[in-house]
Amino acid sequence: MATTRTSQILSEVARGDVEDAVLPARLVSLCARALPITGVGLVLMTDAGPAGTVAASDGTASTLEELQFTLGEGPCVDCSGAGRPVLVPSLAVGGAQWPVFTDGALRAGVAAVFAFPLRVGAIRLGVLALYRDATGPLGGPGLAEALAFADAATTVLLHLQVHAPQGGPISVLEDRTEVHQATGMVSVQAGVDLASALLLLRARAYATERPVLELSREVLSRLVRFDAAA
Amino acid sequence: MGGAQRLAEVFVELADTLIDDFDVVDFLQMLTERAVELLGADAAGLMLADQRGALRLMTATTGRARSLEAFEVQSQEGPCMDCFTTGAPVINVDLATAGSRWPAFTAAAAEQGYGAAHALPLRLRGQVIGSMNLFTDAAVHLSPEDLAVGQSMADIATIGLLQQRSLRDQTVLSEQLQGALASRVLLEQAKGVLAERAGVDVTAAFTMMRTHARRHGLTLTSVATAVIEGALDARELLPA
Repeated sequence: MATTRTSQILSEVARGDVEDAVLPARLVSLCARALPITGVGLVLMTDAGPAGTVAASDGTASTLEELQFTLGEGPCVDCSGAGRPVLVPSLAVGGAQWPVFTDGALRAGVAAVFAFPLRVGAIRLGVLALYRDATGPLGGPGLAEALAFADAATTVLLHLQVHAPQGGPISVLEDRTEVHQATGMVSVQAGVDLASALLLLRARAYATERPVLELSREVLSRLVRFDAAA
Repeated sequence: MGGAQRLAEVFVELADTLIDDFDVVDFLQMLTERAVELLGADAAGLMLADQRGALRLMTATTGRARSLEAFEVQSQEGPCMDCFTTGAPVINVDLATAGSRWPAFTAAAAEQGYGAAHALPLRLRGQVIGSMNLFTDAAVHLSPEDLAVGQSMADIATIGLLQQRSLRDQTVLSEQLQGALASRVLLEQAKGVLAERAGVDVTAAFTMMRTHARRHGLTLTSVATAVIEGALDARELLPA
């Protein structure tokens, strides 16, 4: 796994006596500068989908994760599921498989997405998501460089997990606590399992053009209910 | 003696073995067999330190060598033990004249018919993780070139073992990360499920689960799982 380039990246990311918490931010900003791209996000993934952004080089990179969490679809979701890179040099042309995501991403100014899986054996950890505000491929050398950054990102995630307090999870930028709590309430109200309950939440948020978090807060305040269909 | 060509082939073979998920016992067995072939020894064995730092026999090329090494571990004396303790090679030991140094070991070696013994350390940055041992029937000495080859093979064994350990560590850590992510979500979902069933807010739901976990000596994750699966009724969690 540790190629020479990966080792170089890691030594640059860890240069000086830095705190563990800043390693992901350093990695994404270094990656954004090293490649012909606009921004980079390092996101955690589980079998259930996106589980939070560990670091993002800019706001748009965070928006990409947020979109995919809300919609449950997108290149990073597919990349993690299939365990291979998903390269979309033009979202306008190649994004038809995720119509709602693509619509949102294009409006956020994203023209191309390159997603690289972070895996150890069969276990998925996350995705390194590169985006550009202009269309065009990553190119051969760019691909090799991105893969080296993906390996470095995997190492950083494992390193953070070593030092995570009491084996707890790595901290992420988003706070989805209320979405998960609301999911639990909706599952009881509608009499469905948790995965379906999250889908119901997402669907209503999308249909009413509101953020999932906002809708979740109303569920928690008992202003909104999801009763089983009569 | 195999010559430079054979040596190069062996190193390629060993490097190939290290690539995938390799079986460490198979790897060490192959390594000791090649050491015998390349160095003109009659037998070879390999010992590794366990978590508590005690040497354990991993592999030996012949039954005779296995008996002798097992004896050495048991009696805690001999060239391999000294090599492991000091981290320095113990070489060209003429067993006929080593009786005063290791009385029990030399007697056992004579019983197995060995005339000479050599032990090379498996070292990593000052830490000794084991030793590779060579035995010859005749009391012959190894040349400096032979010893250099032997030490290279011991170094390959070290790299192989560390690579295997780090693969295992990576897997454990990845599972921890996945487990931690899943528990974080699970706990929040369980708060919502219980809040809805018991007609309370999520803060009260959390207090109910935590109290129940403490009272019954359970983990919060297992209580949350029981709530979600419906195995734990809301009424059982209500304050008395």
